[in-house]
Amino acid sequence: MTQVSMTVNGKSVSGDVEGRTLLSSFLRDHLSLTGTHVGCDTAQCGACVVHVNGEAVKSCNMLALEADGADVGTIEGQAAEDGTLNVIQQAFQDHHGLQCGFCTPGMVMSAAALLKDKPRPSEAEIRKYLEGNLCRCTGYHNIVKAIMAASGQDVSSIAAE
Amino acid sequence: MPKDSGIGASSKRREDVRFLTGAGNYTDDINAHGQAHVYFLRSDIAHGRINSINTSAAEAMPGVVKVFTGKDFEGVGGMPCGWEVTDRHGAPMQEPPHPILAQGKVRHVGDPIAAVVADSLEQARDAAEAIEVDLDELPAVLDMKAAAQEGATLVHDDLKNNICYDWHLGEEDNDKINGIFANAAHVTTLDLVNNRLVANPMEPRVALAEYSRGTDEYTLYTTSQNPHVIRLLMCAFVLGLPEHKVRVVAPDVGGGFGTKIFHYAEEAFCTFAAKACNRPVKWTSSRSEAFMSDAQGRDHVSTIELALDADNNFIALRTNTYANLGAYLSTFSSSVPTWLHGTLMAGNYKTPVIQVNVKAMFTNTVPVDAYRGAGRPEATYQLERVIDKAARELGVDPIALRRQNFVTQFPYDTPVALTYDTGDYHGTMDKLEAAADIAGFAARRTESEAKGKLRGLGINCYIEACGIAPSNIVGMLGARAGLYDAATVRVNATGSISVMVGAHSHGQGHETAFPQVVADMIGIDESMVEIVHGDTSKIPFGMGTYGSRSLAVCGSAMVRATEKVIDKAKKIAAHLLEASEADIELKDGQFSVAGTDKSVAWGDVTLTAYVPHNFPLEVEPGLEETAFYDPANFTYPAGAYACEVEVDPETGKVSIEAFTAADDFGNIINPMIVDGQVHGGIGQGIGQALLENCAYDENGQLLSASFMDYAMPRADDVPFYGVDHSSQTPCTHNPLGVKGCGEAGAIGSPPAVVNAVLDALNSGGKAIDHIDMPVSPSRVWTAMNS
Ligand code: FES
Ligand code: FES
Repeated sequence: MTQVSMTVNGKSVSGDVEGRTLLSSFLRDHLSLTGTHVGCDTAQCGACVVHVNGEAVKSCNMLALEADGADVGTIEGQAAEDGTLNVIQQAFQDHHGLQCGFCTPGMVMSAAALLKDKPRPSEAEIRKYLEGNLCRCTGYHNIVKAIMAASGQDVSSIAAE
Repeated sequence: MPKDSGIGASSKRREDVRFLTGAGNYTDDINAHGQAHVYFLRSDIAHGRINSINTSAAEAMPGVVKVFTGKDFEGVGGMPCGWEVTDRHGAPMQEPPHPILAQGKVRHVGDPIAAVVADSLEQARDAAEAIEVDLDELPAVLDMKAAAQEGATLVHDDLKNNICYDWHLGEEDNDKINGIFANAAHVTTLDLVNNRLVANPMEPRVALAEYSRGTDEYTLYTTSQNPHVIRLLMCAFVLGLPEHKVRVVAPDVGGGFGTKIFHYAEEAFCTFAAKACNRPVKWTSSRSEAFMSDAQGRDHVSTIELALDADNNFIALRTNTYANLGAYLSTFSSSVPTWLHGTLMAGNYKTPVIQVNVKAMFTNTVPVDAYRGAGRPEATYQLERVIDKAARELGVDPIALRRQNFVTQFPYDTPVALTYDTGDYHGTMDKLEAAADIAGFAARRTESEAKGKLRGLGINCYIEACGIAPSNIVGMLGARAGLYDAATVRVNATGSISVMVGAHSHGQGHETAFPQVVADMIGIDESMVEIVHGDTSKIPFGMGTYGSRSLAVCGSAMVRATEKVIDKAKKIAAHLLEASEADIELKDGQFSVAGTDKSVAWGDVTLTAYVPHNFPLEVEPGLEETAFYDPANFTYPAGAYACEVEVDPETGKVSIEAFTAADDFGNIINPMIVDGQVHGGIGQGIGQALLENCAYDENGQLLSASFMDYAMPRADDVPFYGVDHSSQTPCTHNPLGVKGCGEAGAIGSPPAVVNAVLDALNSGGKAIDHIDMPVSPSRVWTAMNS
């Protein structure tokens, strides 16, 4: 067991982990931050995406020890203190960008990373960027639409609700 | 004007807030104090005889609590099948045992041989590696036609062959149907494979079981679409437990698509082991495990034949289908190729003579069961592909050929056992032609050709039978369960309402849509109504969510219970207003006496129900009602879909340029949610048509065992979809006039995509009649260059 320390959603945390403990299980099992989901074992689905030092990272593909000293952001830290949803979260609700909600934390975290780099991505850029995030429920329509709306684009001409 | 609340409003989903903030409560998020973890040692071969299993080394490993093998389950029931199909001669299907852990033989890659319970998952996994299994490998039974031959290797030694049943529906008289085909002006035939799929909800399955010696009670948390069904099957057929001692909870569930209907061995195992180990026992499936243990979908091989007269009227249809059931009968597997498939072969058309022949086969593969659409996509695919081929052969417009043969008179009795209550197939097709701008297709094709691309338009019509289902009918057809649902409407003293429902929401938005109905009926704000689901200790006995049934069946129960509540509330209001009950009207949350200005508010009546000081003596205090609702018929959503593709003739790559769906779902409660359901279904259907394939090699090894090898549709594989559901013929036999929308997209889209690809290739001068799904670039390229 080795001690690992990091900042998660602005709070300092630490814990004893094995060398093989993944960042996703450190968040879920040690810190009870169960909003980060695990949907696969081959780093393909993106349900586990968090921010590590501002970059979108698949937390199932990183050891907890590799995040030692890092600044980690998870879905639990996205809304304001009083619970107000951030602009991406709100756009997902407004445009029905989620159904079962299992892929949603990863989608929101990926979208945030995309919009940080590219404040007004095109539809094609969003679809390309989401290559590493699988959703089985929505057919992606409303996810793409929500991200366009969150970046201030007019989505009223895009078919359907 | 779109409404802003109640029935017909696109109310925003209240469940989203917890999902968007990481506050959802999925089964794997739940941990019990002192829990142990189980790891299943699974077969890595498709077929083999178990000579011996030595667990002693594993038992001595650190952290190991107990190691289980098939021996520990001798005398315990196996996994039951919920539907007994009767074959063409009136004999029951062959029904082999399905043990919790393998006994004597392993029958597919992933079949569980042993289970290690340990303090941690890592310890359980390490110990499983120390289990010695002595196996004799047997030839794997994979090809369905070969498996049906006399003398084929048997998957189950005790059965007479590998054919679970040889089933028949429709025309009995072979001479008659042979005569129609022999004398037809035109006959079109197609050999088709409906590719095997893995449902892959993004949340893998999980089970966590607790047992209390003090009270002899169990709690099972599980990723299920129907917690009461799981409790009944597990208690009555597998473990022999009294239901009142078992609570089954399906909390937030991350997608189901059918594969979380079924009762799985891992659930029964954890429940059994929690008592045997006197500790909570948890299992979390990895994705790799899901690929070899979640029931899979589709996998039919069919020959479909369509006979037409000289005027292009459909005069007969016949299918000969082999359906793969895998190694064991999963919970509803037997019903899928039969009553959910054969009955749909009429489609939207008035073909007078139809014959369906299905051989259901055991093979050394993962069990196959219902996956979104379940049998109906397999029927639609055959029908709509053969119609398109006929149109091409006859040189007629595929839309015109369909229109000419549409059913137009309702109710309509099909030759395959259903009665369509209502529909307007021409009207729905009109909507599609407008929404998809079919008239503008030729110009778009010219534009694509200028870019060196082949453009194709694919049309598809579908009908589905959902709102499953009238209990008396399914009982006659072999179902071992009733398929009603139930709701309890509990009005609180201050007027807010909790509705306990048998349906389960795992993405469908029941927590938002169901309150819209109740609030509308009473005339109160939606926020005053809350839905409770997913916990057998809280909800009445309902059958859960599948077959697009939640609103049509459980929603109807909720309406009935709400009507009972309103009736009783009117009695109380009449007493308070000193009027006759017959004169009381309820509108906008106010009870008033007709023709007067006397009224009393909803909240005053509900308070009186619980503080009954001034109360009618003949009425019981309180305001809570339950209703069970058994549907009178199936519901029949129908639609017309159009897909436009571009094919790159250099690479064979297909890109979906446009996809439009026109559906008739009857009345709609929340249009936003309905659109989302259609989008998701289309996404999965495009996945089946272009990308997804669950493949085994000649030894029965699963080739597509992870997201690396199994191509799930991703955001850049699909376009924005056009969805139109303004064609509405309300269901005639349920109180909401609703039909169900959950499966339509997955049923209607694969044939549209494949028809579009073939249209593109034929426009390029290639006479290509068929390419099997998934229509991958290599398959397209090969077809173009052979
Ligand atoms: S869980 Fe990390 S990518 Fe799937
Ligand atoms: S909302 Fe269910 S997987 Fe995306």
